[in-house]
Amino acid sequence: MNSQKSSNGANHFENVACPFCGLHCDDLEIGPSGDGLKVLKNGCAKAVAGFERPLVEPNPQVDGKDVSLDEAIATAARLIKESRLPIFGGLGTDIDGVRSVIALAEKGGGIVDHALSDGSYRNYRVMQSSGWVTTTLTEARNRADLFIIAGCDVQKMHPRFFERIVCNEASMFSDTPPKRTVVFIGEGLDHSALKGQERIGEVITLPVKAERIGEVLDTMRALNKGATIPGNDIGGLPRAAVDDLLARCKAASYGVIVWAPSSLGFPSADLTVQAVNEFVKEINLTSRFAGLSLGGSEGSTSAGAVCTWQSGFPLRVSYTSGKPDYDVERYSLNRLLFAKEGDLLLWLASFSPDLTPPDTDIPMILLGTPSIKPARTPKVYIPVGTPGVDHTGVLMRVDSAVSLPLRKLRQSKLPSAASVLEKIEAAL
Amino acid sequence: MLIKLTGGKVYDPANGVDGEVRDIFIENGRIVSPEPNAKVDQEYALHGRVIMAGGIDPHSHIGGGKMNIARMMLPEDHLGHEVARTELTRAGAGHAVPSTMLTGYRYAEMGYTAAFEPAMLPVNARQTHMEMADTSIIDKGAFAMLGSDDFFLRQLAGKADFSAIKDYIAWTMHATQAIAVKVVNPGGISAFKFNQRKLDLDEKHVYYGVTPRDIILTLARGLNELGVVHPLHVHGCNLGVPGGYETTLDTIKGSEGLPIHLTHIQFHSYGTEGDLKFSSAAAPIAEAINQHKNVSCDVGQVMFGQTCTASGDSMRQFVTSRSADPKKWVVMDIECDAGCGVVPFKYRDKSFVNALQWAIGLELFLLVNDPWRLFLTTDHPNGGPFTWYPHLIRLLMDKNFRQDMMQKINPDALKYSTLASLDREYTLYEIAIMTRAGPAKSLGLVDRGHLGVGAWADITVYDDNPDREAMFSTPELLFKNGELIVRNGKIIKVVNGGTHVARPNYDPGIERSLKRYFEDYHTVRMENFRLTDDEIIDGGRGSLIIQPTRARAA
Repeated sequence: MNSQKSSNGANHFENVACPFCGLHCDDLEIGPSGDGLKVLKNGCAKAVAGFERPLVEPNPQVDGKDVSLDEAIATAARLIKESRLPIFGGLGTDIDGVRSVIALAEKGGGIVDHALSDGSYRNYRVMQSSGWVTTTLTEARNRADLFIIAGCDVQKMHPRFFERIVCNEASMFSDTPPKRTVVFIGEGLDHSALKGQERIGEVITLPVKAERIGEVLDTMRALNKGATIPGNDIGGLPRAAVDDLLARCKAASYGVIVWAPSSLGFPSADLTVQAVNEFVKEINLTSRFAGLSLGGSEGSTSAGAVCTWQSGFPLRVSYTSGKPDYDVERYSLNRLLFAKEGDLLLWLASFSPDLTPPDTDIPMILLGTPSIKPARTPKVYIPVGTPGVDHTGVLMRVDSAVSLPLRKLRQSKLPSAASVLEKIEAAL
Repeated sequence: MLIKLTGGKVYDPANGVDGEVRDIFIENGRIVSPEPNAKVDQEYALHGRVIMAGGIDPHSHIGGGKMNIARMMLPEDHLGHEVARTELTRAGAGHAVPSTMLTGYRYAEMGYTAAFEPAMLPVNARQTHMEMADTSIIDKGAFAMLGSDDFFLRQLAGKADFSAIKDYIAWTMHATQAIAVKVVNPGGISAFKFNQRKLDLDEKHVYYGVTPRDIILTLARGLNELGVVHPLHVHGCNLGVPGGYETTLDTIKGSEGLPIHLTHIQFHSYGTEGDLKFSSAAAPIAEAINQHKNVSCDVGQVMFGQTCTASGDSMRQFVTSRSADPKKWVVMDIECDAGCGVVPFKYRDKSFVNALQWAIGLELFLLVNDPWRLFLTTDHPNGGPFTWYPHLIRLLMDKNFRQDMMQKINPDALKYSTLASLDREYTLYEIAIMTRAGPAKSLGLVDRGHLGVGAWADITVYDDNPDREAMFSTPELLFKNGELIVRNGKIIKVVNGGTHVARPNYDPGIERSLKRYFEDYHTVRMENFRLTDDEIIDGGRGSLIIQPTRARAA
C-alpha cells in the first residue's frame, strides 16, 4: 500500500492519510526529525500529537513482567480458551484488525463491541428505525450553501473540518462561489475558525441546550408541514429565530446539517438524531438538503462497517453459540462490564493512548499503543503499532463513503494488532 | 493429479456441445486432453448427471457501500438466518442482504463460481474490493460507475477532446480495479443534487447542459474504442416509471449500432394501459432487442417476498422510498461522484403491480429469442435474492409449473401481460448459455464459462432431476479451478477467489490534470484514490485475473 515513494529524500512522505480522527485527511506531509517523525504540512493538533509521539518499543508483559511475544500470545490464547464469556472491546484498530478480532471472537465464542459504540448507536438506531438522507465531505465542500452545526464542537473534534469543508475557496461549480451561511445550534460551540474567511457570509448562533435541539428540529418539521405551533419559546429560542431558520433551509440550494452522535451525551439522544434526519428527509420533498454525521474516531466507523459486512450486524454481536447473535442492549460493552457478565476483556487500542480500558476487575488482555496507561495491570499486555505510522492499513472515513490507505512511516518492531490477533487465534 | 469426470451429459454451449455424453479431464486446475493411456488419479463416475461450467452471475450487488448500508439497516433480514461457524466456514447471517462470507458460500452451494458487482462507485472502490475479498470461494469483478461524476460531465460539457475522455474512462478502470463500466440513470444522480427530479433521455442537465443520450453514446463509444469487451452496462433513465418503456425503446434505437448492455430491463418495460395505468410493455421491448443485435440485456426478475432494493440511482430511489417496507430508507449524495439509495421492499403476489412486475420479467425471458444476449438475474437483491435462481430456472423450463404459479398471483395482472399465452420452455442448453457461456462471453472472461480444453476447471455437476428447482438448488459437485469445493450442496473446501479486471490503454498524461483536479476540489488525493494491485492481492487474500482488451482505436 506504499502507493507513493518518498519524493524528497528518505522518510519524507507526501499525501499521508491521518488516522487520528474520523476525517482521515490525506494531504499531510511528514518527514523525519531526530529519532521521530515531524508533521511538515497540513497537520492539526491531533495529527501532531499522534504522528510525533516518540517511538517506544516495550516488551510484552504477563502480570506486569516482561515476556516474549510468543509467551504473551500463548497466555492470551489460554485465557480466551478458559474464559466462559470473553469480551472483545475497544476495537481501536484498522480494517484488518477488525477482521482479525471478529475471526478470533467467532472462534473464541465471545462478544464484540467498540469503545465508542454508545455514540455510534445513536446513529445506528435511527438508521434501523427510519433512515436518512446524507451527504459526504467532497459533496458538502463543493455544493453546500448553508451549513447547520447541531450540538457538536466541530473545531475540537475535527480541527480541519472548517478549513477543508466549509472555508474552501475553490468549488467545482463556480469560479466565484457564493458565500456560505453557517448556523450553530447549541451552547459553547467554537466558531473562531470561520472568522475573516472569504467564503463565509453570515454566522448565526442559536443558543440551545443539546437535549432541546430535537425540539427545535421537530418544530421546524411540523411548521414545514403547515402545522400551527402555539407559543413563543421553542427549545429556548424565540419563535422568530426558528421561523427564520426554516426559511433559510427552504431557500438553500443545498443545505447540510452536521451532527456528531458522540456529542449528544444524554438519555435517548438517538431521538435527537432522528429529529434531525426526519426534518432532512421531509425538506427533500421540495428542495435539496442532507445530513452529515461527524465523529468516527478510534476506528469506530471501520469497526461498525467490517462487523456489518462479516456478521450482518453493526457490533454488539455475540458468538457464544457459534452463530452471530445480535442484541443492541444486551451486548453493549459498557452494560456487560457493569453487570459483570463477561469474565475476560480483550481491549484493543492502537491509535490514541487515551482510549484506556475501563477500570474493571475482570482479567484483561491489552493490545495497546505503548503509551497507554490502564488503571490496573493487565493480565497480558502486548504493545502494538499504530496503523498509518508503524504499519500499513486501511481506515474508513466518518462519512462511510471513502476508505483511505494508511502508510508505514517508520521502522518499528511493534507488531500490528491484526498479526497478533491472528496468532492468538491460531493458538486457540 | 489427473482427475476424470466420466460419462456425464455435457452442456457446453461455447463449444456447441448440447447434452453429449463426454468425459472431462482436469489437471493443474484446467481442463485437459490427456494422452490416451495417461494414468487417472481420481475418477468420478457421473453417468446420467448433467455437467455445466460454473455459473457466472453478471449482475449481482454483493459488495460496497450501499450493500453495507442495507445490511446495517436491516437486522430483521438477518434474524432467523444466522449461520454458525464450522471448522471450514465462517459465521454469518442474512437472507436478502447476506454477510460477505455467506454470500460466497451460498453462490458456491448453488453451483456458481463467479459474481460481478455492477455498481462500484469509484470513490468507494476500496471498500467494494475489501468486501469482495471477504466474499468466499467465488471469483469477483466490479463495474465502475461513471456518468454522474463531475470530472466526466465537465469533460462532456466542455467538449473535451474525445481521446481525453477515453483516457479518463480507462484510467478510472485501472484506478478502481474494474472490469467494465456502468452508467446509472445517466447524469440523473448528479441532476438530483441540483434538485432535478427526473431526467429524460433528451432532457438537459441544468448545470452541465448535457443529456442522458449524450452520456450513453459517449461512454458506449469510448468503451468500444478502448477495446473493453463488456459493452457499456446501462441502467437507463426512468427506472420503474409506468410508460418508461418508451425511454427504453428510444435508448435501444438511439444506440447507433454501438454495443450496449441494458441491465434489469424488467424495471424498464412498463406501459400505461388499464385502469391503474400500469401494464406490460415486454412485447415491444423484446421485439426491439430481437431486432437490435448490438444490444444485450439481463432481466432483473422480481420474486415474491421480502427483499431490499439498493441502487446507485438516488433520484429514483428517493421516489421509491414512499413504498419502503419496512418504512425506513437511506439516500446518499456521494463525493460529486455518484450516489445511492437503499429502500427495503416486499413484493407481494396478491399485489397487482408486483404480480405484473413478475409477469413482465418472465415475458421478457420468453419473448427474447437469443439467450446469448439475455442473462438470468434478479438484479440481486433488487428483484429478489440470488438464492431464487433455481426457482426461476424452473419457471422458465417448466410450463406447467409456471401456470401453477400464475394461479397464485393477482389475477388482474395477467390481463395486462401476454405471459399466459407463452408456451416456450427453456432447454438445459439455453439455461447453460444464460447462466454461464453468455455472461462469460459478454464480460470477456477468457477460459471461463466453458468446458473446452484449456478452460479453467470451474465445473458444476447436477443430478438430472425433472424438478429443475431441486436440481439447480443442490448441485452434486462443484469444482473451482479443479478443486472439489461442494459435494451434495455442502461446502467441503474453502478457497479464495480472484478478481477479474480489464486494463484498456490510456495516456498517463491524464494524471496531470487529475492530480490537480483532486487537489483543488476533492477531499482525497489522486494517489490515495487509486487502488494498487497489492491491495487486491493483499498477502494472498485475493488475486488478480487480468482479462484482455482489444486494441485501442485512436
